[in-house]
Amino acid sequence: MLKLEKRPQPSRSWTYLTPLLAVVITMIVGGALFSLMGNNPVEVIRTIFWDPLFGEFAFYYRPQMLVKGAPLILIAIGLSLGFRAGIWNIGAEGQYIIGAITGAAVGLAFYPMESWIIFPLMVLAGALGGWAWAMIPAILKTRFGTNEILVSLMLVYVAEQLLAKMALGALKNPDGFGFPGSRNFQQYPSGHNAEIIAGSGMHWGVVAAFIAVIFAYVLLNRHILGYHIRLTGQAPRAARFAGVRPTRLILFCLGASGALAGLAGMFEVSGPAGQINIDFNVGYGFTAIIVAFLGRLHPVGILLAGLLMALTYIGGEIAQSNLGLPAAAIQMFQGMLLFFLLAVDLLTNYRIRLAKAEAA
Amino acid sequence: MTDTLLTISGLTKAYPGVVANDTVSFEIKEGEVHALLGENGAGKSTLVKMIYGLVKPDSGTMTLRGEVFAPPEPRAARATGVAMVFQHFSLFDALNVAENIALGMENPPPMGDLASRIREVSENYGLPLDPFRTVGDLSAGERQRVEIIRCLLQDPKLLIMDEPTSVLTPQEVEILFQTLRKLTSEGVAILYISHKLEEIRTLCDHATILRLGKNVSTCIPAETSARDMAELMVGSAFASPARADRELGEIALDISGLSVASTGAFGTPLRNIHLTVQEGEILGIGGVAGNGQDELLTALSGEVTTDHDAVKFMGQPVGRLGPTARREMGLLTAPEERLGHAAAPDMSLIENALLTAAQRENLMHRGFLKWADTRSFANRVIEAFDVRTPGPENAARSLSGGNLQKFVIGREVLQNPKVLVVNQPTWGVDAAAAASIRQSLLDLAAGGTAVICISQDLDELMEISDRFGALNEGRLSDIRPAQGLTVDEIGLMMGGAHGMEVAHG
Repeated sequence: MLKLEKRPQPSRSWTYLTPLLAVVITMIVGGALFSLMGNNPVEVIRTIFWDPLFGEFAFYYRPQMLVKGAPLILIAIGLSLGFRAGIWNIGAEGQYIIGAITGAAVGLAFYPMESWIIFPLMVLAGALGGWAWAMIPAILKTRFGTNEILVSLMLVYVAEQLLAKMALGALKNPDGFGFPGSRNFQQYPSGHNAEIIAGSGMHWGVVAAFIAVIFAYVLLNRHILGYHIRLTGQAPRAARFAGVRPTRLILFCLGASGALAGLAGMFEVSGPAGQINIDFNVGYGFTAIIVAFLGRLHPVGILLAGLLMALTYIGGEIAQSNLGLPAAAIQMFQGMLLFFLLAVDLLTNYRIRLAKAEAA
Repeated sequence: MTDTLLTISGLTKAYPGVVANDTVSFEIKEGEVHALLGENGAGKSTLVKMIYGLVKPDSGTMTLRGEVFAPPEPRAARATGVAMVFQHFSLFDALNVAENIALGMENPPPMGDLASRIREVSENYGLPLDPFRTVGDLSAGERQRVEIIRCLLQDPKLLIMDEPTSVLTPQEVEILFQTLRKLTSEGVAILYISHKLEEIRTLCDHATILRLGKNVSTCIPAETSARDMAELMVGSAFASPARADRELGEIALDISGLSVASTGAFGTPLRNIHLTVQEGEILGIGGVAGNGQDELLTALSGEVTTDHDAVKFMGQPVGRLGPTARREMGLLTAPEERLGHAAAPDMSLIENALLTAAQRENLMHRGFLKWADTRSFANRVIEAFDVRTPGPENAARSLSGGNLQKFVIGREVLQNPKVLVVNQPTWGVDAAAAASIRQSLLDLAAGGTAVICISQDLDELMEISDRFGALNEGRLSDIRPAQGLTVDEIGLMMGGAHGMEVAHG
């Protein structure tokens, strides 16, 4: 009989091993799923994990990893701060959309003027937009004790409606022959989040993501605010005793994650996506939740997890187009990753023993 | 009356890494009160859990009235006449007494019959209790009566009681003892677990002493001094705290008209509390658990803010300041609940050292943490207070309760507080460590710190405090000099015997 036994303290090696174990189990169970669907599991797994990095067209896919990974990392870093403190912002997708709208709106307001100041202003506007959207659940929570999970999640759908309204109304391209969508930033140099080195996939959002990782690392490990965030998540009563003010912490955590999500949206709309459109958002805000946990809520872990998740996105697309796998199967594969991660997470705090039946 | 009821021979139970009971053997006779003595972790709980069928022994046998006794589960133990009153009550606050008792029965009789049986038993044994009162409104002593009556309804042959007096006023203890004596006169045997040696001397006929899982000694409590019993438990001699004469200084903390609304449905509001404590003085605050001790501590630590003038520190109003500001001024506190309140269980001792010491020990610079300094502060606490741990990077939850308590108290004491408020400083701590914690409080006072010690251990309070007051339902009694107080007077300050009027009037 298997028996769980609580460890006297969390195992350090398992903290690092569980994400790898989760990836391996996902590959095995996912492979079984693909073979049930009539595909060769080895080929599918290779297509998802190997081809984007070392396949024939890797020169095209490798930059894509940065392009897809950057928003995931940027959003997940922000979310991880709140998650560490037990503040659950589930609405990063909404903050991402609003950041894109405000960032794009500021840029488009200057069109067709050319100036170096426009892009920094857009960055600022994007961060502020996401921050303001996250302040809605934050203030409702601190003032009226509402649940931030529900409020932030529901605001995603409000943001989507707003996005559609903008794409069809205020931000619609006047020269667009009636098609929905804004002007394309790729044709507006001052507002374009272009690649810093052509062909590398490295745009300003990637830079921002790396800065966020370093910033979060320093905050969590070297600063009293990061210590208070961790303390609040682990022992709320001890945090009160230590002098943490819960209200401030809620405002900071939700505000920071909103601002980072807004930044991600702004870099996306002005760069890879190019324009505000009805189907602008593709779920980065939700996937970032998986990334945050896959990375153990640790900044460096999130960096790696974001790249891994980007890989499964790209590999999944290749598998869809080359092997004809349905999109749902790929999404299920990504979902499995979080599922198994949470399951094997148990090993960090517990060990499994083979228990002998007790003598009667 | 001297027939052997329960014989225990060679009981052994091992858990991974520790042998909880190592070939324990003794006998309990019918109609006797048998004390089980030992420090925390000596194996008392494991032993009674085996008798009650909660844990199965690895080896060894028990015989009850000559028959092999190996209860596979508590239900079987109850069926053969073994009943147990736990230290922590398992009662539902929202239900009434009779409903709670019915929940624990195999085939509960109709509520009316049950209520009359409860009344009958409660009058027979002098345990006044109204079957239709809601448990949430009862005092700790009354709740214990519910548990005892629940056991008595089963006609037990052996009643196991785990630390029954820790929640009682002296008057309530006297009532309990009368009940227990009546039971023994009817032939019921009682296995009595307690830390309070004076109680054991007045009540118990025999005592078995456990140390590190083995029964090391037996004695007749009435013929053995409390000090000798304590040394048998610890296994060596230890120093009693010594107090030096002290000069009292200025009034360090002045609380006037402090009222705090209760937080939960069954919490205790603080009602109009007045007290002062001077530099170099130890004020002891007694009272039965749940009478506002936690609320008083959180109101002083700054976790709960109050009227600005209700709490004055060195003449300055601080009632509206939070914990950090109060710590900076020199008002430090150590709460009762170690894991989750005084310390974060999963964090290392280094991180836990930072929890309250960041400001006063200068462990950060413009918000950036100085981990090297924090580590050396944690090491200082560990050394000065003899905290047994492999190192400061170990998680707080990996320490035993007593060791963590030493760390938590030491962390505050080493910060040179001007006022230190501690709640239950030696709860769950072994006798030698408790003596050293008390000594550190006395030393602190000798150095001019004002100390408020909230505790349910009256012996402790009488040992160290200069003046004494008691909390009862959120009110603080008059504060009187500790010297010369009689047990009766202390009992009345604590509220006398709760709920005695119910059965009589």
